[in-house]
Amino acid sequence: MSLLLNEEQTLLKDYTHSFFGEKLPISALRALRDGKNETGFDRDLWRQMAEMGWAGVLLPETYGGVDFGYKGLGQVLEESGRTLAATPLVSTVLLSAPLVLEVGSDAQKQNILPAIVSGDLILALALEETPRHTPANTALHAEADSDGYILNGAKTFVLDGHIADQLIVVTRTSGAPGDVDGLSMFLVDGGANGLTRKRTTLVDSRNAANLTFNNVRVEPDALLGPVDRAYGALEAVLDGARIGLAAEMLGSGLEAFKRTIEYLKIREQFGVPIGSFQALKHRAALMFCELELTKSTVLEALTALDEKRSDVPQLASLAKAKACEMIELVTNEAVQMHGGIGMTDEEEIGFFMKRARVAQQTFGDAGFHRDRYATLMGF
Amino acid sequence: MNALERFRAKTRTWLEENCPLSMRTPMPEEERVWGGRQPKFENPDSKIWFDRMVAQAWTVPAWPKEYGGGGLSREESIILGEEMGRLKCRVPLFSFGISMLGPVLLKYGTPEQKAKHLPPIARGELRWCQGYSEPGAGSDLASLKTRAEDKGNHYLVNGQKVWTSYAHLADWIFCLVRTDTTTKHAGISFLLFDMTTPGVETRPIALISGGSFFCETFFEDVIVPKDQLVGKLNGGWDIAKQLLQHERGMIAQIGRAIGGKVPPVYKVAKKYLGDENGKIDDPALRDAVVQHTMNDRAFDLTIKRAAQESEAGTASGGASSMFKFYGTEQNKKKFELIMKCVGTNGLGWEGDEFDDDELMICRTWLRSKGNSIEGGTSEIQLNVIAKRVLELPD
Repeated sequence: MSLLLNEEQTLLKDYTHSFFGEKLPISALRALRDGKNETGFDRDLWRQMAEMGWAGVLLPETYGGVDFGYKGLGQVLEESGRTLAATPLVSTVLLSAPLVLEVGSDAQKQNILPAIVSGDLILALALEETPRHTPANTALHAEADSDGYILNGAKTFVLDGHIADQLIVVTRTSGAPGDVDGLSMFLVDGGANGLTRKRTTLVDSRNAANLTFNNVRVEPDALLGPVDRAYGALEAVLDGARIGLAAEMLGSGLEAFKRTIEYLKIREQFGVPIGSFQALKHRAALMFCELELTKSTVLEALTALDEKRSDVPQLASLAKAKACEMIELVTNEAVQMHGGIGMTDEEEIGFFMKRARVAQQTFGDAGFHRDRYATLMGF
Repeated sequence: MNALERFRAKTRTWLEENCPLSMRTPMPEEERVWGGRQPKFENPDSKIWFDRMVAQAWTVPAWPKEYGGGGLSREESIILGEEMGRLKCRVPLFSFGISMLGPVLLKYGTPEQKAKHLPPIARGELRWCQGYSEPGAGSDLASLKTRAEDKGNHYLVNGQKVWTSYAHLADWIFCLVRTDTTTKHAGISFLLFDMTTPGVETRPIALISGGSFFCETFFEDVIVPKDQLVGKLNGGWDIAKQLLQHERGMIAQIGRAIGGKVPPVYKVAKKYLGDENGKIDDPALRDAVVQHTMNDRAFDLTIKRAAQESEAGTASGGASSMFKFYGTEQNKKKFELIMKCVGTNGLGWEGDEFDDDELMICRTWLRSKGNSIEGGTSEIQLNVIAKRVLELPD
């Protein structure tokens, strides 16, 4: 039940802090953006991270993983959020690896998990079909025939979708959009016939893609988990991703806040540092409180994941909702308190606001998670 | 079974055998026991419970035995708290002596002062009040003017205090006084004296909530023996600051305890707004209620984390100001939300047309407004965070 980090987790956090600071500072994201880099992240650096065990942080030793748990991964994500590092941590480590581990067949696990651990395989979860996160609204149709399934439909906002070697596609095999029953997942090769992938250029300069499935044929063994009953495993993995993303957002919020406080101390107007003005002090102190509250919810939620507690869904919604509310406040205030310089592309503070809005929409925003929390609590 | 487990088992049995059943129910404010020279027990069971807990010295479980405390270790007092929580035992004694003065005396008092004052506090024999704010010294507390002149073998105290909680019911006062008029913070001392001393007069102040537990307190040529100075002459400000931390922690908790008598906001919402398909039947209020509830949970988790950090020695400063600020603001929002849910039924001031809960909600809503003023306003807490934690310039 401890909300503190143990020695191993602290060491990991310190190490990742230096790693992201040195190898993936915000200037690296800027370079990817300005160079119109098609991959959207640095594959060599991803292999280095994999060598240090980060790609297999949630996986057992059987598959080459280090089994360090969500609280350990949370520290890597928080530090990656500080420098807005573009990595496949969310698509491959947070979403795909636990899904395959949870519901995959032995063969699927053997084929996929060691390749994730080595950094060679990138996976993406193709889930969303509408502009707002609603997993049960899946309509993309998978029709069974004598030699497998035929997929038709479209997916949007697929993180790392255009560069993933394989996709996990959430499909409807029965029922109607809105039903939680009738969902099935398939593994689809990134180069499958009938699959069109288009990268979307988003405001945060990170990877997402729109996918179209036109009679994409898959073999029977492409089915990942049970037919029609994918929703439970999907929601459980989404909760892990919501909590992991909240950790990343916490890191971004802490860094944007730190930079803003530093700016308040050096920027002078009327002959004094603007941080001496009470109007700004009080707003800074309010942000401090919101960050402290968010940090507590993230740590509790990460701990609950590792302890496999039954209140993980509530805590996932609590942590993601608080992270969304916090980051909106902190990034808006950060730009405002930087004044005119905050509006320039040269100053890095704007990158935090751009990333924040994408992260807020990913896996449900504050409103989505307040509603979900209320429903889970019987309000 | 290790020693702590044995202690837990023993404590559980003792509480089950000794805590009267009516003392395991939510406590109406009028049944609180404050002790003092003329103690009041609205409910006879609360006297039984009080006497038993005093005999155990569990009114102050962690104080040293020589000063009337229970002599429990930190772990043991936590267990006692948990076991009392498990049975929902009432707090047997409310006391500013325990929550505010005691910790100060333990740190700054002479052996004689500790021996004289701590045991009666532990036994609830004397009720204390706090003389801090003055008409001209609220947020700027250090500008206080109540004067204590050195008259050789005693101090002569003249001046006025305000917002002295329960001064009209208190037996003794701990009081900040000016002993040097040539400097501000370094001219303040911390005095203790008996409220029956000639020259002390109190006058309760009627509040917007209809209650009057705050007083104006007047001192005219009050003679205070010199051995009733705590700490160094002109060293009172450090003590005052330390004590304020205890007070802030307590107000943040009391705010929540007051709220504790009122059902959770979502239950009030369901009762008054309806409960179609298990959902609070007003989407805007449902969202406001859940947001408030989630912030409460995040706040509780932050208190828990701060306690763990403080135990591990990794605590960062500023926690008490954050808790005072956030806890009291949450409590105010809670009552605003409850008032919205209850609608016109929450607007009753008195009379039979409203039920007791509704009348209590209205009064408590008004009282909650003081939470973010007393013990240092929300604005002062934000100043403290900006200065001590964020190190923003003056």
